[in-house]
Amino acid sequence: MGVKQISKSLKASGNALGDHFYQLKVLSQKDIHDGAYENFHKKLKSLNVDAIKVSELEIFQINIGKLCNQTCSHCHVDAGPDRKEENMSFETLERCLYLIKTYNFKKVDITGGAPEMNAYFRWFVEECTKAGVEVMVRCNLTIIMANKKYHDLPDFFKANHVHVISSLPSFSAMRTDAQRGDGVFEDSIAALKMLNAVGFGQEDSGLIIDLVYNPSGAYLPGDQKSLEAEFKRQLKRKFDIVFNSLFAITNLPVSRFLDYLLETGKYLDYMHELVGAFNPSTLDGLMCKNTISISWDGFMYDCDFNQMLDLKFTGKAKHIDDFDFEEILNRKIIVNNHCYGCTAGAGSSCGGEIA
Amino acid sequence: MANYFNSEDLKKFGNITEFQKPMGDKFFEYYTEVFKEGALTVREKSLIALAVAHAVQCPYCIDAYSSDCLKKGADEEQMMEAVHVAAAIKGGATLVFGVQMMNHVKDNTM
Repeated sequence: MGVKQISKSLKASGNALGDHFYQLKVLSQKDIHDGAYENFHKKLKSLNVDAIKVSELEIFQINIGKLCNQTCSHCHVDAGPDRKEENMSFETLERCLYLIKTYNFKKVDITGGAPEMNAYFRWFVEECTKAGVEVMVRCNLTIIMANKKYHDLPDFFKANHVHVISSLPSFSAMRTDAQRGDGVFEDSIAALKMLNAVGFGQEDSGLIIDLVYNPSGAYLPGDQKSLEAEFKRQLKRKFDIVFNSLFAITNLPVSRFLDYLLETGKYLDYMHELVGAFNPSTLDGLMCKNTISISWDGFMYDCDFNQMLDLKFTGKAKHIDDFDFEEILNRKIIVNNHCYGCTAGAGSSCGGEIA
Repeated sequence: MANYFNSEDLKKFGNITEFQKPMGDKFFEYYTEVFKEGALTVREKSLIALAVAHAVQCPYCIDAYSSDCLKKGADEEQMMEAVHVAAAIKGGATLVFGVQMMNHVKDNTM
């Protein structure tokens, strides 16, 4: 049926949260007099943790652009059809490819926006595959149905042995569409059937399609294993769809989800829920310890959330043109109060639970 | 007392141990055990709790288990089906007494 857009991006609509400085101001609690929570820095200090340090450089994550065919209500990237300017150039992708090969990154994680909308996306995936690097693509599913030119994406993913990772917050239309836009569920199911048809998620095919679940409101996700079992049962029962694993991800108070929290008056309650669920055993598994996140214009960040808050790497090397492996390996990771999202409960990362 | 039900009181549920600690502690220990994953999944238990909450018309429990069902990954359709189960049993429990009424009527009429 096609995706109907319900709103513009925060940036295009002139919302103050379209500015990362304003988001950081909200997170800093400077305007909160009653009910403030302990700052993340202090929380780490109370555990005698001076800084979160890098363990290895394993995953090269690229946010290839903010252009997307959807305008999801929780999107931390503030992506959408109106974000046409922020798209990675061919030269920047060439530089990324050089770094991936030179420094032997094991995995490339391509996200967006809808990464497939970048003109050089297919070239880049093919080059990474030729180099023997595992390629993960964060595909929003509906892009496959959005236009004829994307209908062959399942075959392209298969040919390049891409690990497909796709968001689906519910196995029913009501909640999925409320979060991701009218018609998203129907198109997502159609796309999943196309992916299944070429082998993704099928036993012994070696083609992986993982789903990402995130809560549709101001609460923490439930147990990942239990959610996975229920999604598998329901998607099989209702639509005869199969998939490999489900990653349960916590919504971080950044960009549009922060806007939702502020608009509904749930910001402080949610932050207190995250702080109350702080779990020190998540610290060793944080994704920032083995991932670097590259923005469309080539700047380097500890994670995709720090990227959206424009908290660039510490140290001199902040751009891929100045890439310094040793400095990046030994850098201190920048933390702020949004980091409570990755450390609450069972923890959260681009690969789901971490503790 | 301004209101009989105050949603903020739900957060104070644990305080019932203030007046009777041993029994309160035992109740919460039992409660925690009941809601652990067992022969029934945590989601199934949460849906049962939601249905019972409606049957006993406890606004605290309805709030608590609507949130809990969402966290456990139940969807709107499942949650409303659970409420219908409660409604069916409550309705059935009323209607089954209709047999008693019919028996009485038949015993007392020609």
